[in-house]
Amino acid sequence: MIESLLVANRGEIARRVLATARRMGIRTVAVYSEADADLPFAREADEAVLIGPPPPAHSYLDQAAILGAARRTGAQAIHPGYGFLSENADFAREAEAAGLIWVGPPPAAIEQMGDKISARNMMAAAGVPVAAGTAEPVSDADSAVAAAAVIGYPVMVKAAAGGGGIGMSAAADDAELRAAFETARSRAERFFASPDILLERYVTAARHVEVQILGLASGQVLALGERDCSVQRRHQKVAEETPSPGVTPELRGRLEAAAVRAGQVVGYRGAGTVEFLLDVSAGPGGRPPRSPVRAEAGEEFFFLEMNTRLQVEHPITELVTGIDLVEQQLRIAAGAGVSFQPREVQYRGHALELRVYAEDPRRFLPSPGTITEWAEPAGPGIRVDAGYAAGNQVTPFYDPLLAKLCVHGADREQALRRARDAVASFRITGLKTNLPFHADLLESVVFSGGDYDTSVVSRLRP
Amino acid sequence: MGIEGEDRHVTEVRAEMVANVWKVVTAEGEHVSADATLVILESMKMEIPVLAEQPGTVTKLAVAEGDVVQEGDLIAIVE
Repeated sequence: MIESLLVANRGEIARRVLATARRMGIRTVAVYSEADADLPFAREADEAVLIGPPPPAHSYLDQAAILGAARRTGAQAIHPGYGFLSENADFAREAEAAGLIWVGPPPAAIEQMGDKISARNMMAAAGVPVAAGTAEPVSDADSAVAAAAVIGYPVMVKAAAGGGGIGMSAAADDAELRAAFETARSRAERFFASPDILLERYVTAARHVEVQILGLASGQVLALGERDCSVQRRHQKVAEETPSPGVTPELRGRLEAAAVRAGQVVGYRGAGTVEFLLDVSAGPGGRPPRSPVRAEAGEEFFFLEMNTRLQVEHPITELVTGIDLVEQQLRIAAGAGVSFQPREVQYRGHALELRVYAEDPRRFLPSPGTITEWAEPAGPGIRVDAGYAAGNQVTPFYDPLLAKLCVHGADREQALRRARDAVASFRITGLKTNLPFHADLLESVVFSGGDYDTSVVSRLRP
Repeated sequence: MGIEGEDRHVTEVRAEMVANVWKVVTAEGEHVSADATLVILESMKMEIPVLAEQPGTVTKLAVAEGDVVQEGDLIAIVE
């Protein structure tokens, strides 16, 4: 097994990975920027190494600084968390070349899935349904308009190397498409160092449902159920739940089979997530897709992308299965077996995750500041993965995630009740948080009824 | 962004939150229309355009790309 682990991340996810490593008796190393010296993750690791100033390019994205920290501390393995360098195939290769165990999939799998165009094409070739879209990068606005004429409006414009919803926008006509194309192009170059853009048919009424997969050291790929991530603002997730209220057992079987196929095609190892869009515009059965599609007519779900790392919302899968996904990642990376019997996985109850962001609860604008008071809810079924504590400063350099409030119940009703109580008793002062939004979400008829899609946030905050 | 009018013709454009100045779109002496983007801030991985609320001339630009602004800091004066 792995004896020492460096976590190349920050905040709640660094802390969460460190906790499992500690429980497994692994010596832990954190790396941190000058902005994060006082955060819990930097204080809880056995060793913590300062890797640079606050801007990510000079710290959490500085490959040489992180590999240098690994060398100096004698770390044997490196866990990248999510974001930052987690889906950087070159970094994974560099880490392996430096003799480190990379806690993640093979670099080639990261690369193949990292480009959304190549990922779409691979999935289509493997028989996984994809939405109508472009099979090659769209080079300019005129080509985008020509492609949209074939795909049909509305279309979604995306950065091929993108993620986190950055640069993504929908367009309903040529004029909107030209504007969306320019926005996507500038964001793509700035955030992802690749100007490649793709167009996909935009499903107007959709649920965003993803499947957790685990590629075992033996080569077998398992599916561990789905998560519904339809509650989004600016194409970024705000709340998730499992099981999805929109997925029948029959559909779950087909989603899991498609996700396993996706994992097999790229020789996946470790924890990964295959994201799908579920077309709910025509009720069960969906709407037949428009012209030239690779998907068979009548398909109601489409491959969106694969995240080749631990997902932010992984705790809800852990709550319903009782499986520690980080432990499985570490075991698989070491070439060992998983801690459970794949045939005997039981799904118990219902789980929700509410992302607590440092942002105002109406317009969702960032709200950095200093936390003066921090009191987490506790009780049966409550799990809080927090990146901060009272006295910490929340800086503008990183994403606004303060904590993940996760709730488990025997059924959805109990999970919702526990979540409402937990939101009401979570006390964070000194900056604005979106906790009041979560209270509204949990009280809303549309969310508590379960029959919602990706428009739910704009319906609650028109 | 917060805009405090000193009178009808002079407005101070101030930062609404702690942020990094990502891009300066305008320049001192430039005439801007209402809703023109003056600078683009970045905070918590989000781009926040700072707009002129009324047309006028940018008489002062108080920030440069790469600066960190605190809540309430002056960004520009438009008159």
